[in-house]
Amino acid sequence: MLAPAFALGDVYDISVDRVTINTGEFEKEGIGYNGSSPGPVLRFKEGEDVTINVTNNLDEPTSIHWHGLILPFQMDGVPDISFVGIAPGETFTYEFPIVQTGTFWFHSHTGFQEPNGAYGAIVIEPEGREPFRYDRDYVVQLTDQHPHSGDRIMRNLKMMPDYYNRQQQTVGDFFEDVADEGFQAALADRMAWGDMRMMSSDVEDVQGFTALINGEGPEQNWTGLFKPGERIRLRFINSSAMTYFDIRIPGLEMTVVQADGNNVQPVKVGEFRIAVAETFDVIVQPKEDRAYTIFAESMGRSGYARGTLAPRQNMVAEVPELREPPELTMADMSGMPGMDHSNMEGMDHSNMKGMDHSNTEGMDHSNMKGMDHSNMEGMDHSNMGQGMSADSAGPSDPFYAEGSGLTPEAFNGGKFLSYADLRAQNPLYEDREPTREIELRLTGNMERYIWSINGVKYEDADPIRLQYGERVRFKLVNETMMSHPMHLHGMWSILDVGAGKWNPIKHTVSVAPGTTVYMETEVDAEGQWAFHCHLSYHADAGMFRKVVVEGGPGDEGWSEPTSAAQASTVKGSDS
Amino acid sequence: MRKKMLKVTASSLLLPALFTGSVLAQENTLAEKEPNVFYGLQMEELEYRYSDTDKELGVWNGDAFIGTDELKFRWITEGEYVLEERAFETLENQFVLQKPLWDFFDIKAGVRFDTPEGPNRTYGLIGLAGLAPYWFEVDTNFYVSEKGDTSFDVDIEYELLLTNYLILTPSADIDVAFSSDEEAGVGSGLSSTELGARLSYDLIDRAFSPYVGVVYERLYGKTEDFANEHGEDADGWFLTVGAKLLF
Repeated sequence: MLAPAFALGDVYDISVDRVTINTGEFEKEGIGYNGSSPGPVLRFKEGEDVTINVTNNLDEPTSIHWHGLILPFQMDGVPDISFVGIAPGETFTYEFPIVQTGTFWFHSHTGFQEPNGAYGAIVIEPEGREPFRYDRDYVVQLTDQHPHSGDRIMRNLKMMPDYYNRQQQTVGDFFEDVADEGFQAALADRMAWGDMRMMSSDVEDVQGFTALINGEGPEQNWTGLFKPGERIRLRFINSSAMTYFDIRIPGLEMTVVQADGNNVQPVKVGEFRIAVAETFDVIVQPKEDRAYTIFAESMGRSGYARGTLAPRQNMVAEVPELREPPELTMADMSGMPGMDHSNMEGMDHSNMKGMDHSNTEGMDHSNMKGMDHSNMEGMDHSNMGQGMSADSAGPSDPFYAEGSGLTPEAFNGGKFLSYADLRAQNPLYEDREPTREIELRLTGNMERYIWSINGVKYEDADPIRLQYGERVRFKLVNETMMSHPMHLHGMWSILDVGAGKWNPIKHTVSVAPGTTVYMETEVDAEGQWAFHCHLSYHADAGMFRKVVVEGGPGDEGWSEPTSAAQASTVKGSDS
Repeated sequence: MRKKMLKVTASSLLLPALFTGSVLAQENTLAEKEPNVFYGLQMEELEYRYSDTDKELGVWNGDAFIGTDELKFRWITEGEYVLEERAFETLENQFVLQKPLWDFFDIKAGVRFDTPEGPNRTYGLIGLAGLAPYWFEVDTNFYVSEKGDTSFDVDIEYELLLTNYLILTPSADIDVAFSSDEEAGVGSGLSSTELGARLSYDLIDRAFSPYVGVVYERLYGKTEDFANEHGEDADGWFLTVGAKLLF
């Protein structure tokens, strides 16, 4: 482009197409951008005004949402909230200034087009310098393609919520538990879960997918090249519909430098968990002339994505085995209302499987299941610092319920990244007291596959109304047995990790079962926004809210966009 | 205002397409979310039965539904077809509306039409269906016939996972009548039970699960007497081969 700096920035053309997705394990019809899924990597530059023409070649409406981008709400791309959507055959022009830097992504916000393949990556270069150095830069976009279409998955889940769960406890598992813990304990455990009509195996409600890196399955083995000694920036984006990943690169330490597009104070880790819709940028420096496997296990261990970093094409490194699937514990149920453990008949707490008593009152480390202290060497306590309570001897994590079956452990005994480790590199907002607190309970009924907020589904809910200029503290209480990555559009979520002004800012905040997480928002963007769980089927089943920001400077004001108003907004915005 | 209109749309769940696109688009405002409408077809049993007296039956028990989380319309059908006689020993169709009542249980209300080889009957019914603690699937109904006879039935099922694909499903169906309907061959009191155990394998997802099993049917009291008068057996063992379907 020859355009001078003060004129319009680049013009991008994106077509929305039917595509064939080949995962190496199966082929399916899906939806992609510019003829492929994932779509292109859009490279923007901070400060430019972008113009993006999106042409819908489908026979159904579509939309593109720019995930994590701060922009006028009419450009946010959520049908029925920010605009009316893009009709078949229509071209919609998005125009907005790029006011941020980092790694983001984009995806359809219409129906189940996103699980069906409608996603791509966004990389925004800063005007100035990055605060860290690297020689190479790769996008590592993780997705979970399923042989079934999104509509079919949702219908199956509605008919049978455990349709895709093939990790349920079997008769054989019961007898193994009997052998391990005795008949009474094994029976008490089954009775406790059966009494609640819940399953300790409900970690992933959609299994049977193939996990991909940049569109390539484990066998296809996406490969990024390097020269030994180079520093490589890996921009991990989790664009999955339903899958959290635990990521490690055996043989390499990873330095986390960015979370959700925002620079963080570097943290060295052996492994990290990436919730759906999050991004983490890490820097690695492979020194040997050999291949390294990027191994991303699903949180429920029902699948994995695999890629390779190598000095030359067609080199491979050993691919690790999947670890044992985790099982939920009663601690993961602790957020449920009316779950008074003292009332639980037939429950012998001393025998409860997976109940880690060390984390309850007694603190008996000798009982710590799954904790092999001998593997703890190499654990850098200096890095574990801040977020952990000083009197806690073990690696407890405030973002998981005490004794949770989901608390991650690094495979190599090294450090596993916690939200508690994240510190903003440069605080974006002045640290100030919130003007009010809004409590949002994440609720659901697994058996009916209904997901909701404060017990109300989206279709029955009033919008959350915020006043421009206020600072709202959201209290997110997870009363369900599943993890929910909550995503607020249009404004940043300042995640409370107890670090005051150094709290990191994110666009997606994962709330583990049985936990309460606080995040604050400077309400600095007027209009109508979406706030929802980013698990595709949870959002569709009702864990979704409209957020309306009122009283802003343009308040004479913005009106709800209509198709007519939309056209004039687009045309008028740069005249 | 808009909300109210959408509520009407929501309740007309069988015809949502007539409303959504056209009306709201013309208004040129942003619609709020419509309730999701789902549909499904399930054959819990679709099987061939071979009795200890060489009787051969085709038997099915399934349902189809359409609706939202709040309200479903369900067509439940079951029957036994005697292959030699080419006759329906039983043929029962229910048309019910079903609504959540508690977290794990729905209430149903509707009509049932019995149209076997013998006399036809029409019933009004009200029932409960859901998941009881410890994972027992329970379905129970109370019926009033056109003649004023009352009865109830309860079906209980449990899935025992031998593996995550090989599943043993014991089941019990119990019928109780509060008054006799001699013409229909039902006597008052406990009238019949059917106990089954089916070993299924999920061959294609959960959509097609072939199985083998055994079934024991038994009639009691006056119902047994009525059967004997017609020269029918009061009890019998069956071997069965079939498949569960879920679409």
